[in-house]
Amino acid sequence: MASLGVEKAGFGYNSIGSSVRERKMLVIVLLRSLSLLATLAAALVMGLNKETKTFVVATVGTSSIKVTLTAKFQDTPANIFLVVACALATFHNILMLALEIFGKKLDANGNRFMLISILDIINLTVLSAGAASSAFMGELAKNGNTHAQWNKVCDKFEKFCNHGAGATLASFIGLALLLAVTLITNLRLRQATNNANGNASV
Amino acid sequence: MNSPTLGALFMKFDAQTQMVMTKIRGIITFLLRIIALAACVIAAIVMGTAHETAQIFSLKFEARYSDSPSFKYFVIANSVVGCYSLLVLLLPFKSLLWRLILVLDAIMTLLLTSSFSAAMAIAYVGKNGNSHAGWLPICSQVHKFCDQTTAALVVGLVAAIVYLLLLLYSL
Repeated sequence: MASLGVEKAGFGYNSIGSSVRERKMLVIVLLRSLSLLATLAAALVMGLNKETKTFVVATVGTSSIKVTLTAKFQDTPANIFLVVACALATFHNILMLALEIFGKKLDANGNRFMLISILDIINLTVLSAGAASSAFMGELAKNGNTHAQWNKVCDKFEKFCNHGAGATLASFIGLALLLAVTLITNLRLRQATNNANGNASV
Repeated sequence: MNSPTLGALFMKFDAQTQMVMTKIRGIITFLLRIIALAACVIAAIVMGTAHETAQIFSLKFEARYSDSPSFKYFVIANSVVGCYSLLVLLLPFKSLLWRLILVLDAIMTLLLTSSFSAAMAIAYVGKNGNSHAGWLPICSQVHKFCDQTTAALVVGLVAAIVYLLLLLYSL
């Protein structure tokens, strides 16, 4: 029993067979780069979302009174959250990709897999919260709410709403891909653990 | 249920301590799931029964959870996760279905966080309004509805955090 030390157990990143590692890692790298692109696109499109429009409010004699209104993404806290969450997810994906491509030997005291998994899960939840809040806020802006006497906004600012909808859709795609990456990594971890332990313990 | 990273530490102990550690792990998972089940059911019920009618200058103003799609999503998501928690608690074949439970745990956590965030966004508009869009806050007219919705949101947040802890613990 005393001989079963850290070296004998052989857990950690460097113990999985190298050909298996390469094959599975290619899928994960591909999915992560797609998720990176999606969340980056969402953050950029929503971050640069702005529309200025001039409305005629009243006509006094022959001259008309004009009002210039601007719709920015900062008007709604949900959109701010979307930009922040997508930026976080993009940064996380870049970091994980760099770790995968350039830091193959890095093994933080045997904790590499756990760190990657924990960070994946946290970013997944934050991204899902941002995407959902922006989606429902967009739905409110598009359809209004007659019960609360809230008017529609999208019929006046069409370009703003379309860009916001595109950004939300891209963030959902990034979320789905990040979920796939997280699940593949975790399932692989548990499978490796169960094989090493010799029993399918839950 | 020891991760490869904790596995090295796990193997240092003798067999009896390993069994005790596994049992403690099972107990903590069970407790977390029961707390999550209670929180989900309470959040769904409290949000579902939030109903108030206010009368201002002979104008009837009725507020119900079904007025907003995000509140409906909140109720539905919390009931779904509550049912799932109950099923997993009562399931006898956990060791055979661990893959499915892991995947569904992650998806349920996403459901909870997204439903809380969506309901929170709409509740924020209801409480503070949005001057850029010309939306007035409604909380001043329907106090009881606002308070009940806030309570449901708090319990929903507890459910989301407990599920996140469950997911992180089963890594």
